[in-house]
Amino acid sequence: MKLNLSKKLIAATAGLMLIAAAPVAGFAEDTIKLGVVGPHSGDLASYGLPSVNAAKILAEQINAAGGINGKKIELLVEDTVCDAKTATDVATKLISDGAQIVLGGICSGSTKAALPIYKDSGILVMSPSATNPALTQSGDYDNFFRTIAPDDAQAQLDVDFALDKLGYTKIAVVHDKGDYGKGFAEFAKKFLEESGKAEVVLFEGVTPGAVDYSAIVQKIKKSGAEAVMFGGYHPEASKIVTMMKKKRLKADFISDDGVKDNTFIKVAGKFAESAYASGPTDTSSNPLNKAAVAAHKAEYNADPGAFYENAYSAVLAMANAVKVAGSTDLDALKKALQSEKVDTPVGTISFDERGDAIGVGFSVYQVQDGVFVELK
Amino acid sequence: MFTFEELKRSFLVSIWFVFLTFPIMVIRVDSIEKTVQWRWMNMVYVAIGSFILSFVFRYMMQRKEMKSEDNGDGDKKDKTGRSFIHRWLADPKYRNAILGSLLAAAIIFPHVFSTYQTSIMTTALMYVVLGLGLNIVVGLAGLLDLGYVAFYAVGAYTYALLYHFFGVGFWVALPIGGLLAALFGILLGIPVLRLRGDYLAIVTLGFGEIIRLVMENWGAFSQGPSGVSNIPRPSFFGIDMSLDTALVYTYYLMILLVIFTIFFVNRLQDSRLGRAWIALREDEIACQAMGIDKMKTKLVAFSLGAFWAGIVGVIFAAKTTFISPRSFTFIESAIILSIVVLGGMGSIIGVIFGALILILLPEYLRALSEYRMLAFGAILVCMMVFRPQGIIGSIRRTYTYQNRKKADGEVS
Amino acid sequence: MDYFIELLFSGLSRGAIYALIALGYTMVYGIIGLINFAHGEIYMIGAFTSFIIATILTILGFPGLAIILLAGLAAVIWSASYGYTIEKVAYKPLRHAPRLSALISAIGMSMFLQNYVLLAQTSDFLPFPQLVPDFDFMEPIAHIVGSSDMVILVTTTVVMICLTILIKYTKIGKAMRATSQDRTMAMLVGINVNRIISITFIIGSSLAAIGGMLVASHIGQINFYIGFIAGIKAFTAAVLGGIGSIPGAVLGSVVLGLTESFATGYVSSDYEDVFAFSLLVLILIFKPSGLLGKADTQKV
Repeated sequence: MKLNLSKKLIAATAGLMLIAAAPVAGFAEDTIKLGVVGPHSGDLASYGLPSVNAAKILAEQINAAGGINGKKIELLVEDTVCDAKTATDVATKLISDGAQIVLGGICSGSTKAALPIYKDSGILVMSPSATNPALTQSGDYDNFFRTIAPDDAQAQLDVDFALDKLGYTKIAVVHDKGDYGKGFAEFAKKFLEESGKAEVVLFEGVTPGAVDYSAIVQKIKKSGAEAVMFGGYHPEASKIVTMMKKKRLKADFISDDGVKDNTFIKVAGKFAESAYASGPTDTSSNPLNKAAVAAHKAEYNADPGAFYENAYSAVLAMANAVKVAGSTDLDALKKALQSEKVDTPVGTISFDERGDAIGVGFSVYQVQDGVFVELK
Repeated sequence: MFTFEELKRSFLVSIWFVFLTFPIMVIRVDSIEKTVQWRWMNMVYVAIGSFILSFVFRYMMQRKEMKSEDNGDGDKKDKTGRSFIHRWLADPKYRNAILGSLLAAAIIFPHVFSTYQTSIMTTALMYVVLGLGLNIVVGLAGLLDLGYVAFYAVGAYTYALLYHFFGVGFWVALPIGGLLAALFGILLGIPVLRLRGDYLAIVTLGFGEIIRLVMENWGAFSQGPSGVSNIPRPSFFGIDMSLDTALVYTYYLMILLVIFTIFFVNRLQDSRLGRAWIALREDEIACQAMGIDKMKTKLVAFSLGAFWAGIVGVIFAAKTTFISPRSFTFIESAIILSIVVLGGMGSIIGVIFGALILILLPEYLRALSEYRMLAFGAILVCMMVFRPQGIIGSIRRTYTYQNRKKADGEVS
Repeated sequence: MDYFIELLFSGLSRGAIYALIALGYTMVYGIIGLINFAHGEIYMIGAFTSFIIATILTILGFPGLAIILLAGLAAVIWSASYGYTIEKVAYKPLRHAPRLSALISAIGMSMFLQNYVLLAQTSDFLPFPQLVPDFDFMEPIAHIVGSSDMVILVTTTVVMICLTILIKYTKIGKAMRATSQDRTMAMLVGINVNRIISITFIIGSSLAAIGGMLVASHIGQINFYIGFIAGIKAFTAAVLGGIGSIPGAVLGSVVLGLTESFATGYVSSDYEDVFAFSLLVLILIFKPSGLLGKADTQKV
């Protein structure tokens, strides 16, 4: 019996070692390995999975066209659950597996945790959705790029719009307590107070996923706000606008590009009408954007989800940079990203020294008859 | 083996599951475009899958029942009622060989495997210590704590904020984090320890949530949901280390901490205090009658458990260099509790196995990509159904009468 | 004063929502002493089933009332089946095992079901049709309490009364109480304990399904994760009221809903959950078995 057991043990150990050694065996340089990280399970999965779809669709298209400089793209999709600990483990895994460029970090927090590890190995990381200003502005992470505007830029745009175009004097700032929503809301509050033109009558966070938002809506009503500026994502936004209309509150609703998502209109339906949201300029008429959405519909028989266009653009920009640079060396890639302009679904973009995209114009949209209409 | 009766039963089970999963698996609707998609193939998969699984399930249940008829417990036991691992460890000849080879394996591990393997092994070791800490509270003292993650968060934030505000280093923060967590354990313990069972569970759950929510909302103090970043990794006499070296270094630190914890908890179990905990778990009233101070004993268990969580929290903050309230959700508490229960409550070896399995499993399940967490949930259920006492149950203290011919298993 | 009444009704409707889920929790707990973490997932599956059936019926052109009844019926049937199956697969084999093992099994089941719906349906948020129409007679007070709030409040009250009658006066109810007091003794007097436990799961799951449909229709969206958050809150409410007690679950839910609502209204919604949990701790310190729970005296 004992002999039997030790044999089993040896076999098991050998098996484990084989599993562990397997990634090392595939370390050939004939493909470009693109890591795709983000939450693919858990509560935030709906923000992470669209990026995976974008990467899959583009990898297939690029590979069908012969790849980049003759090299095919190979995807390494890894789930981080937006958890800092898992994200750092995934980063070391991707490096062990030989990833050369990485799409993602959906949440700013887990991206921040993993970035030093990627930086140490000279790997380019491009996020479709991590908007925390410090990621680019702190200068700590020179391997980081993003195809989405940072929180402060968006907040500035929304505040200017609310003050200059709409002329509000009393604004309630509400957020979803998340790093994205609260970051945006704090900047909005700061800019509103600095402008001196309007008063922030309320600054509060709602609990995401709560079953009912009527209490906070009543509080907004009592504060006498003419408009609600919301930092956060579309599920909470649609619950709040729905509840606002149901409680007969006639304040306008202004939000960020976590809300400028077609799911917002779908879910909130008629209650979404006349809500404002900022987002990348003029994307729906862009032929590339149309093609990207059509490709998703053809492949998955459903509309793309959150940050799909940003992820699609990020993959295009990285693919182009690899093509121009002729390698995946970080410095060469950075140079290519900063100098080359790429046509993407979010516009023709290049990147500044800090890693923020130039050319992602931002506009304010309003929901009119069930579609987002850009306000000039 | 496949009698007609069994085939019929499996067939019925399969019909039932086809019915059960019909709306979710087969139909997908789009309420805006008003389209309905029928995925009949899924129905066939469910039918075949549940047909086969029902055989497996029945076979496993039979085996479990047969075993429990044999010796009341799932393990192969000798006449003193110990499983083979305990038996090996009891024999000094085997024990030294096993421990020696384990230690050697642990030492060469980072040099044989990749950084990734070292990194997840470090994470797993952190959970070993967390599990051992919670084991004091749940396994030994029998207090169900669903908010253990709160103390872990206290430790992590202690280091992060001490560094952020005062530039305090890792080695100074390590004991402070542990002690502060222990203090929180006492503060929480005093009012709630007179609650029993599930009421205690929900209050600790609430406490865990309160700590997380305060960290999330009190932006000026904790930097809110965006978290604290750029926390330095553990230092070693001020030597600059590359990332790989730092990870390996953290790994060795964890090995040391694990060894220390095992030693400590093992001694504790055999101490007067440890016996008091076990007695308290078995019967509170009898225990009080014997003159054990119930409150004090429970408080010590609570604060000692919290202490380990605080220590691991500091190491966690140093390892990931970034912490945010998202890392300290209820799920984390549930995972640590699962480690303790899955491993076998009160058993040190069991908890170690439990931590390694539960933390490494999702990493090795990455091959299943999107089915990863589905499989994890299913495995958790199956493990509990087929081995409810845990992988390696704890041995009850037994006294054998020498003059008896046939030694009895458990003398109570 | 208006503001106070508005907050009061916000709290009441939130409490009624919690109550629909908490009732199922409390019933299952009362019978087998298990914190059924998968209960929130049953609620979610109920919402999804009613969403799927309602959409199909809308496409087929059924009238509004028929849709709400048929979708509700489908949700009840399937959720009850899930509850029944989960009990048989994940809890029944653990009936004689340590209680914590069953708890871990429940946590595993909850993870499994979440990911099952995520994979089989979608990760995205889906728009849930508004099944409860806006009644004209509600219009004057719509800014305080909406039609769907009203429906939820009424449903919760009716369900609570029915359940109390069921448990107090019917034969099944008697058997349930007997099983919950002493399972072995109940078996001895000829109660089919397995059947009673199954029935409890079926009733609890049906309530969760009704809750799932009404709440989803009220907030207008569903996602595979809704059950988890609602489940934790409902569980808190059930404990607050004294777990195992039917009126206690409702009272606990209402107290919790009101606390959250007033905390939001008069303090800050940033800390609404902190208030909720602090209240829980406070109440349990002074009443260690919840508001209406039986103070269990320990026999020596």
